Amino acid sequence: MLNSVFIILLYQLIGELFQKFFGLSIPGPVIGLVLLLLTLLLIQKRERAVPIKEDLYNSAEILLNYLPLLFIPVGVGVVMHLSLLEDNLASVVLVIILGTLLTLALTGYVMEKILRKKTQDD
Amino acid sequence: MLWKKFLERKLKMIDQDKLYSIWVYLQAEPLFWLTLTIGSYLIADMAYKKSNLFPLLNPVAMSVLIVSLILILFDIKYERYFDGAKFIHFLLGPATVALAIPIYKKWNLIILNCKAILISLILGSTFAILITYSLSLYLELPKELIMSLLPRNVTAPIAMGISEIIGGIPSLTAIITILTGVVGASLGVFVFDVMKLKNMDARGFSLGLTSHGIGTARAMSRNKNAGVYAAVGMGLSGLLTSILVPLFLKII
Repeated sequence: MLNSVFIILLYQLIGELFQKFFGLSIPGPVIGLVLLLLTLLLIQKRERAVPIKEDLYNSAEILLNYLPLLFIPVGVGVVMHLSLLEDNLASVVLVIILGTLLTLALTGYVMEKILRKKTQDD
Repeated sequence: MLWKKFLERKLKMIDQDKLYSIWVYLQAEPLFWLTLTIGSYLIADMAYKKSNLFPLLNPVAMSVLIVSLILILFDIKYERYFDGAKFIHFLLGPATVALAIPIYKKWNLIILNCKAILISLILGSTFAILITYSLSLYLELPKELIMSLLPRNVTAPIAMGISEIIGGIPSLTAIITILTGVVGASLGVFVFDVMKLKNMDARGFSLGLTSHGIGTARAMSRNKNAGVYAAVGMGLSGLLTSILVPLFLKII
């Protein structure tokens, strides 16, 4: 458990440092995610990496199980911006609904088209 | 109203100053805020599960509502609450890093369908940003609101990170992200039916890309394949969007 906690924190730290050092506009933890993913892919075939991978799986599962809980503290911050939201509520809701429905339709359509072509080709 | 009289008599017996000092103590320590946050979440999550995962009863939205109401009711400053609850907030970063593991586990599947996944991923993610931006401009929304809206289709920890970097308001982004998830999870099926899309992999992927964790949970509960593709869509769109949004803002 402690090993995987250390690894996750270390990758986040590296990600944050990377972001600050190169002045990137990608969030530090996302850089940490990419680096961890690359590392896992690199050591994929190594037998020695199996125990640490199991450990990582367990910790990640625990952490991601409670993911929704983790955005409550920031989410509550919305009480500070109620007036900004109130003034534009109808527009914001419209952007969300229209944007979501159109994106759903386009992505689903594109993927189905390609998959159908693939099964025809096979 | 016997109990009311009883309560009043009890309350009179308690020293008011002592009560006040306990309240001051509670506000200053993280203990109370952490208990409140986790407690609200547990209640909201229980209600959500009892309702058979009804999207409008989203546990995060409900817990945010409960905690916010308590803050407003007792006239507590948000900074004070956040100062206590920041220990939970801290875990967001590690949780984002941990998202590497589900992507890694699905890697073989991604490679297998890499063409379909990549093309839909790039088109879908780009379109989500473009449509959000153009609609927001058309509706003349203030700039910080547009910046808070732009990353709305990806998982909240990543969306909030992007929002902070591009000058949005992370807490607004959190709420907007949840709303997007709820809209996608509840209306997705109708969109797919109207479009006559039958492929479960495509439906799932689209749901994950468009409405992240909430859409993925929905897909998972309906069809296992759709759920797996939703998880892939959610992970990859989170990655790509955190590159695309800042890039898009530099170009325009």
